[in-house]
Amino acid sequence: MNPFIEIITQPDNIAIVIMILMVSFFMVWAFQQAFQNDKLKASGYAVDGENDQDVDTYKPLVRIELLISLAVMLFLTIWSIVVDAPLEEIANPTLTPNPAKAPWYFLGLQELLVYFDPWLAGVVLPSLIVVGLIAIPYIDTNPKGNGYYTFSERKYSIIIFSFGFFILWLLLIVIGVFDRGPGWLWYWPWQEWDAHRVVFEPTRDLSNLVGVESRSLAGFIIGAIVVGVYMVGGMVWPYKYWQKKNPELLQQLGMIRYVTIVFLFITMMSIPIKMILRLVFLIKYVWITPWFNV
Amino acid sequence: MSDLFNKVKKNLIWKSVFRRDYRDNVRDRALAVFGNVFLHLHPVKVRESAVKLRYTWGMGGITFLAFIILTITGVVLMFYYHPSVDQAYSDMKDLEFQVPYGVITRNLHRWGAHFMVIVVMIHMFRVFMTGSYKAPRQFNWGIGVILLVLTFLLSFTGYLLPWDQLGFWAITVGTNMGAATPLLGYQGPFSEYLHITPYNDIRFALLGGATVGGNALLRSYIWHCIAIPLIATVLMVVHFWRVRKDGGISRPQNH
Repeated sequence: MNPFIEIITQPDNIAIVIMILMVSFFMVWAFQQAFQNDKLKASGYAVDGENDQDVDTYKPLVRIELLISLAVMLFLTIWSIVVDAPLEEIANPTLTPNPAKAPWYFLGLQELLVYFDPWLAGVVLPSLIVVGLIAIPYIDTNPKGNGYYTFSERKYSIIIFSFGFFILWLLLIVIGVFDRGPGWLWYWPWQEWDAHRVVFEPTRDLSNLVGVESRSLAGFIIGAIVVGVYMVGGMVWPYKYWQKKNPELLQQLGMIRYVTIVFLFITMMSIPIKMILRLVFLIKYVWITPWFNV
Repeated sequence: MSDLFNKVKKNLIWKSVFRRDYRDNVRDRALAVFGNVFLHLHPVKVRESAVKLRYTWGMGGITFLAFIILTITGVVLMFYYHPSVDQAYSDMKDLEFQVPYGVITRNLHRWGAHFMVIVVMIHMFRVFMTGSYKAPRQFNWGIGVILLVLTFLLSFTGYLLPWDQLGFWAITVGTNMGAATPLLGYQGPFSEYLHITPYNDIRFALLGGATVGGNALLRSYIWHCIAIPLIATVLMVVHFWRVRKDGGISRPQNH
């Protein structure tokens, strides 16, 4: 069979195909409504829902709930009739499959293991995702866009969230499911997997670029400076910038909120940065310490 | 025909179950909601936007429906399953070949689980895009994030139960991350200062052992079937309650 058809019709991967279709559909629907509301507002009209009246729960709401429930149950029933849940061989601790993949919704995190050590990819970054998500309402002080779709009134928050959700979370999941084969090597979905393929890809550490051994004291210091400049500079530079351009914004945020936002943001951006360093410049570690590597 | 209706409806048994007649008037439409233990989750009247599919997409409700479907199919599956290394896999084979409707019950449970993970993520996206986490709903967003994590954990703990290669190695990969926890995992940074070994670290606590074995299977089973559903149910109660108390489905406020 064509490898592409084979990989997208594996029973568990059908869920991923359904996810891609559903997420794309709702992404388009959300942004379409957002732009529509922006247009309405720009020409002085009320946004969708602004002039809504009360309606009875029984039956308008109950009816639509019943219909959706029936549709969902019908959909799941058909899915369950057509596709059987896979059951592989009995668990065998002595036989490691290659690749050994985590459940699909954690494959974005497993994908990060290419770029970060496990303590970052598997523990620190996921914890920060949860903390960051919970923090959103407390750090987003923009009162606009509450209760309706809009883009123009919340540009930055929507762009940042969409980048995290669609690229860093969902796209990495899709890559992990469809583009990772034996040895966690990259395979296009239409390529045949080859368990004997070896890729020789010499990597280096950042300080090697200036000819310094990364495991030496000098390499340690260079790494510390680079990471320090990124973190501290990332904190200070936007502050200076906003002080000039938009001091009211800083006033409105306050110190604690500002530090939280910028810390979460530069941590998030360290993921694509590290990816580029690894993929384009073949850099494995930026900073090597006796305790951990970054 | 109407005679028959009257006979059915005008007797003690019917009246004890349905305490009043339904006529299509304001009073009875309201009573239909708050006189019913299930429907009184809702207010008697809602804003139009709560009824419009294009606003909420119904995703929160669909997530809840998926949870109910998974609870029902899960209870059925529990009747045929032993959480032990010797029996778990053969129980799966029994479900496939012996148990009436065993295949479709398991299929519904598995695809329902994937479906729930998908819709709960889309629900979060919708709530973000409509700015519904903003005041006064900040706290409920946080509850929602925890429920999202619990959904992942419910699915994750269920992965091991068939005791096949897929689940075994997915859980092995997943819990190996625990070993890398700073301070508390034996491979994590700084753990040597706390004398952490593979036999006392956080991964050992998750698995009930240094490798995925019988204890890990039992722990998965109990987290999956009892502990996480209980915690999630309590948080769902809070989540739905707060939706009501924070003013219902969000809507534009500037009018």
